[in-house]
Amino acid sequence: MTLLVVAEHDNHSLKASVRHVLTAAQAIGGEIHVLIAGSGCEAAAEAARTLPGVACVRWAEDPSLADGGAENLALLVTRIARDYSHVLAAASAFGKNWAPRAAAQLDVAQVSDIVRVDAPDTFTRPIYAGSVWATYRSTDPVKVVTVRPTAFDAAAGEGAPAPLERLGAEPGSGLSSRKALSLSQSERPELESARVVVSGGRGLGSGERFKALLEPLADKLNAALGASRAAVDSGYVPNDYQVGQTGKVVAPDLYIAVGISGAIQHLAGMKSSRVIVAINKDPDAPIFSVADYGLVGDLNEIVPQLTAAL
Amino acid sequence: MKILVPVKRVLDYNIKARPKADGTGVELAGLKMSMNPFDEIAMEAALRLKEAGQATEIVAVSCGPAASQETLRTALALGADRAVLVQCEGELEPLAVAKLLRAVTLREQPGLVLCGKQAIDDDANQTGQMLSALMGWAQATFASRIELQGASEALVTREIDGGLETLSIRLPAVITTDLRLNEPRYATLPNIMKAKKKPLDTLTPAELEVDTTPHLNLVQVFEPPQRQGGIRVSDVAELVGKLKNEAKVI
Repeated sequence: MTLLVVAEHDNHSLKASVRHVLTAAQAIGGEIHVLIAGSGCEAAAEAARTLPGVACVRWAEDPSLADGGAENLALLVTRIARDYSHVLAAASAFGKNWAPRAAAQLDVAQVSDIVRVDAPDTFTRPIYAGSVWATYRSTDPVKVVTVRPTAFDAAAGEGAPAPLERLGAEPGSGLSSRKALSLSQSERPELESARVVVSGGRGLGSGERFKALLEPLADKLNAALGASRAAVDSGYVPNDYQVGQTGKVVAPDLYIAVGISGAIQHLAGMKSSRVIVAINKDPDAPIFSVADYGLVGDLNEIVPQLTAAL
Repeated sequence: MKILVPVKRVLDYNIKARPKADGTGVELAGLKMSMNPFDEIAMEAALRLKEAGQATEIVAVSCGPAASQETLRTALALGADRAVLVQCEGELEPLAVAKLLRAVTLREQPGLVLCGKQAIDDDANQTGQMLSALMGWAQATFASRIELQGASEALVTREIDGGLETLSIRLPAVITTDLRLNEPRYATLPNIMKAKKKPLDTLTPAELEVDTTPHLNLVQVFEPPQRQGGIRVSDVAELVGKLKNEAKVI
């Protein structure tokens, strides 16, 4: 059994999610190959060679693969997928984009966003925003699987450099091209890989207070900043802050929820965090039902006190 | 330009899903069903394109049981011109839905397919991408802004990890909608009445010559491990003490 992990990268370095997907691949078992597809991505391919437990890095280099566009990447994956029992990727905006395309071209089902490997052909995934889990057994010859990164630990350490195999270029489909990319600039850790996340909800009352109260706390803890959908919809922060079913799923060591009531769709995005702290003035807020430590009170007083005490 | 909008009938988003006692599925009997919220956003996007004079006809399509007619009537009440039901019993996997939609797309020849990025029941996030692949078309997923540039190109801004990406895609194409694209309208009573008279055709997988046999076997549906609520602390000093000495996370 040989598995292909399709790595997310920016042509220079690998995304943190790759090591989480590797752990899922190791749980399935078998020889692991990594695909690096991009343009000017030799540095990413080199970095992949020393990932732990990787037997081969397949490297595809072409201008048509530069921006990770779904159409061209899916054609490439489809071309080589018959060599593999499994094709794995992170269930990120990247993996969600191209993986179903490759699965359809292979005429196989995709198992999305798995949180558990039950057997090499059997996987568990959350449905209904995580209210329910479902276990599926795949009957397909190639299993296309996307992995929820936070459900698997990052594979640690380095391995002996794996051989690098260059793949032939794929003619670009010309169906789509990137016109603009605007990434939020931030000195903070990325939300999905941060060890500590400070998240704010509508209880903050305004974008100004969100910033004034939560940024100093996040600075003290070297934390990423997150938000509930209610805070995003109220315009306090941009959408890429959103934690929840329709935003990002996080599982840091410490999650501090400030002024967040705890709607089901928010809980779906953070309840796998190791330690949860909730600060809310409403003692009956549902967030307290998942919090390890709850503090009832006025966040305008509590948050500055907490920042000062750290 | 004709726009095809696939819509799915799902358990209403206000209702908490629970597994059936025997673990063979999710309990749906007697519960309120609604149009998938992401599909409402797709329908709204189609309606706005039509209102802007950039689309001529909106066709809603649903693959599912006979009761999906209700969802299609909702789409018609919102402003779709016609509806197509591909009537199927039993579980349909995203790949099967994509194959059915491909057959409908070949019949209807739309210039654009607009669908929700995922359904809130199975959360698969696959069908739009699969349909696009089966058609050999371009795709733009997770759209937060759509601008048609005539009949052969669209500019689509997508919500990706850490920011936004704008793609130029060749039409026809499949675009899947994210939350921030728009706020869907409600159907008005006069439009609900009018919708009852709009055409709704019914097809079957056999007529479309599509095999919908599942590729996955459902082993079990169950409640996930529950997180236990913890304790209340009385002040910041106690909280910091617990985080340092008990949880050891700071």
